[in-house]
Amino acid sequence: MTRPQNQGNSQPRWLFPFVVTVIFCLSVLPLGRLAATGIMSAFRGGASELLSDPGLWRSVYDTLSTSFFGMIAAVVLGGGFALLLTLFDIRGKALLGFLFMLPTMIPPQVTALAWIGMTGPSSALLKAIGLAPPLGSPQPLYSIGGIALLYGVQNAALVYLSLRAGLLALPRDAVEAARLSGASSFQVLKDVILPLSLPGFAAGAAIAFVSCVGNFGIPAILGIPAGIYTLPTLIYSKFAAFGPRTFADISVLSGLIAILSVIGLMVEARVLRGRDYRVIGLSGQVAVFRLGAWRWLAELLLWLTIFLILAMPLIALVASSLAPAYGVPLSPATVTFKAYEEILLRQAATRIAFTNSLSLSLATAFGLLVVTVLTGYFLVRSKSRFVGLISALAEIPYALPGIVLAVAFILLFAAPIPVIGISIYGTIWIILIAYFSSFFAVSLKPVVSAFRQLDPSLEEAARLSGAGFARRLADIIVPLVAPAAGASVILVFLIACNELTVSALLWSAGTQTLGVLIYNLDDSGSFNIAAALSVLVVIMVIAMMVVLELMAKRLPKGVVPWRS
Amino acid sequence: MAKLILNRLSKTFDLGGRAAVNDVSLTVREGGFLALLGPSGCGKTTVLRMIAGFEQPSDGSILLGERVLADAAEMVSPEHRNMAMVFQSYALWPHMSVAENVGYPLKVRGISGEKRDRKVREALAAVHLETYANRRPADLSGGQRQRVALARCLVTEPDVVLLDEPLANLDRHLRQEMEETFREFHARSGATMIYVTHDQAEAMALATDVAVMSEGKLLQVATPEEIYARPEGRLVGGLVGQGAILSLPSPFGDRRLFDWPAMQEILAGPAREPRADILVRPQDVEIAAEGQAATVLSVLFEGERYALRLALPDGQALRAFSRHPVKVSDHLSIVIRAAWRL
Repeated sequence: MTRPQNQGNSQPRWLFPFVVTVIFCLSVLPLGRLAATGIMSAFRGGASELLSDPGLWRSVYDTLSTSFFGMIAAVVLGGGFALLLTLFDIRGKALLGFLFMLPTMIPPQVTALAWIGMTGPSSALLKAIGLAPPLGSPQPLYSIGGIALLYGVQNAALVYLSLRAGLLALPRDAVEAARLSGASSFQVLKDVILPLSLPGFAAGAAIAFVSCVGNFGIPAILGIPAGIYTLPTLIYSKFAAFGPRTFADISVLSGLIAILSVIGLMVEARVLRGRDYRVIGLSGQVAVFRLGAWRWLAELLLWLTIFLILAMPLIALVASSLAPAYGVPLSPATVTFKAYEEILLRQAATRIAFTNSLSLSLATAFGLLVVTVLTGYFLVRSKSRFVGLISALAEIPYALPGIVLAVAFILLFAAPIPVIGISIYGTIWIILIAYFSSFFAVSLKPVVSAFRQLDPSLEEAARLSGAGFARRLADIIVPLVAPAAGASVILVFLIACNELTVSALLWSAGTQTLGVLIYNLDDSGSFNIAAALSVLVVIMVIAMMVVLELMAKRLPKGVVPWRS
Repeated sequence: MAKLILNRLSKTFDLGGRAAVNDVSLTVREGGFLALLGPSGCGKTTVLRMIAGFEQPSDGSILLGERVLADAAEMVSPEHRNMAMVFQSYALWPHMSVAENVGYPLKVRGISGEKRDRKVREALAAVHLETYANRRPADLSGGQRQRVALARCLVTEPDVVLLDEPLANLDRHLRQEMEETFREFHARSGATMIYVTHDQAEAMALATDVAVMSEGKLLQVATPEEIYARPEGRLVGGLVGQGAILSLPSPFGDRRLFDWPAMQEILAGPAREPRADILVRPQDVEIAAEGQAATVLSVLFEGERYALRLALPDGQALRAFSRHPVKVSDHLSIVIRAAWRL
């Protein structure tokens, strides 16, 4: 009857080894392997050839310049939206905020396709309204500026969220005290709010920069045709032209990306030291300034921006998908659903990609949930010294660009797994494991927030009732964190389903994902089919975001990433 | 069932830090109702959590009869202790109905069907909540939730029932009603009960024994009457009941209870060292025609009487009651009928 147990805590003995094993396999092992290969090839002098290649430095320069200008665009767009929507009496804030988040959640390769459909001589949309530039004129987006602009659109929401969280956490009395001292609204804004919100600006800019550095979809579609290679697309092209030095080269290249990202993340961590910027915030407690006569002008500006960065590209995307072929003008007479028929009924490749992406995403979302419920439980309940280290290690794979992780997994699994001698390289399993690693933090965050909110006595009462760990898990813990777990599943599914960066390097015949397929279709000139597939993807993204939005009231704070 | 023994129990949370519980030895007789009384942070909740099995002792042991529940080396997990607990936050599972909450310990023990239904009905009847069986905890008031938590304890006939400040979140009217429920519950179940509280009136009204703790140490264990009449030391004297503690020249001998002639002698005697702490209860202070001079510091009308704070000539404060109104800074003379040396 007496069952000795070493600690008074509620965790079974196997939980700590389990969590350590998971973190080791998903974070330490791949990243350690990448670092080892990178350092070894640097020491053997093999890297000197790569590092003396002017193409590499050209690529570093292009990465930095596109990311820098992309960051500026994101700060202007996201900062403007955050300031206007948080501080002023704009109508329709909730809708504007939701729409502004959409470009971030739409996969980058789809964004790129949509914008291509909106500009240039072959735009179905521009042709339909007779505004297309003459044939033979260049596509303006195939340039450093075009890539940077789309980086800005894609990542503006990151700056928006960071700054908005900072603004909502502003002490309201600081604003009121300034007003009582006789400061005008404008002076309060200039002297109190903007200085206090600088960390939010800086942190948002830093994560936007990291996100730009790691972006693959946009430079792959806009840059490669113009001969512009950022580091992620350089890795991709080196990998496509496989040679004996490929592994050494890509490990050094992804090391460079990792270093750039870590610098950005360190800037972010430094300016935000000690505050979890997404959880703090008394919802809408910030003082609202009246715009008076300027209000309609501000609202017009906001809606016009939404129209330009969201509605227009999506209309162009739909138009491209309905045109019979790339470059044929769209009119009521030429509208055709042939592209959709191709995707849904004819092409085996799309069916395979749909099946792959859906089953990978479902397996990742639900499989990770099992792991993250246990890990989250451990992180919240344990008094272990290693909690800080473990949660940091869990965050790293998601914080690093996907391309770095993909390279790490290639290096790890290129040779058959020791002992069991099976090779998973080139199979769907390597993508699944990379997804597990990459989206671990996405899945973990909502679950940890839910556990933090859970009164420990609910579980203690179950222990005194005689329920062991498995029983408590099934009867008490899982039902109580179910809403957050549901959000976690949807979020992971949403991100995994649209993901391109990881699978771009890991796919092979028969294992292509939706992201890869859209890219390949565009690459091979089937623009309208790629556009039709993108339209379906966008519809799926919006549907899932709406579901999350509707669930948001029942979820702990910070679970739905675009609600603060 | 058997008596619960705490044997030189200690708990230190951080290595080398201050002990939260320090060398506490205590025996709770079978079927006893012990109140653990002390200010917040005194370690009483830690003792309770060690008895429940949520914390492991750093030193010492806990025994239930012959069975060792915990010592510094190993412990029986809470799942296997056959104890039950009423939490300050009630700890009802929001996703289960009232009947499911109460029946959960039975479900875990594999009791099902008609037998479980009957036991749940009986437990709910005992706390007068039969008609609420299908409600959710969220639909109940605070007092009703507390009664559901109590029914959940009742249902498995536990050896020991632990109550962690169960009335802290209730208003005064509900507290009295719940005190009655707890007394009934104790009489009906015959379980050993341990009740943690910082409210001395609650402790004395409910318990058969009161244990007073401060800063991790156990100061005194006794019946409510004993601890009220003969508290040990300044801390217990200040914590239990009303009263003022005077610092007076230490009387000779080991006499502890003083009547008025003895008090008069001490008060009138010369100031000298060493001094002793002497507890004077307000009901033992009488306003009389002749006696010790005192000045009224404050008056509070309590309905049935006036509560006074008086100052002795040397400035020490004393509490007293008066049936008649007096005014601040009135000069009175008082007689101290009884006083207790701490």
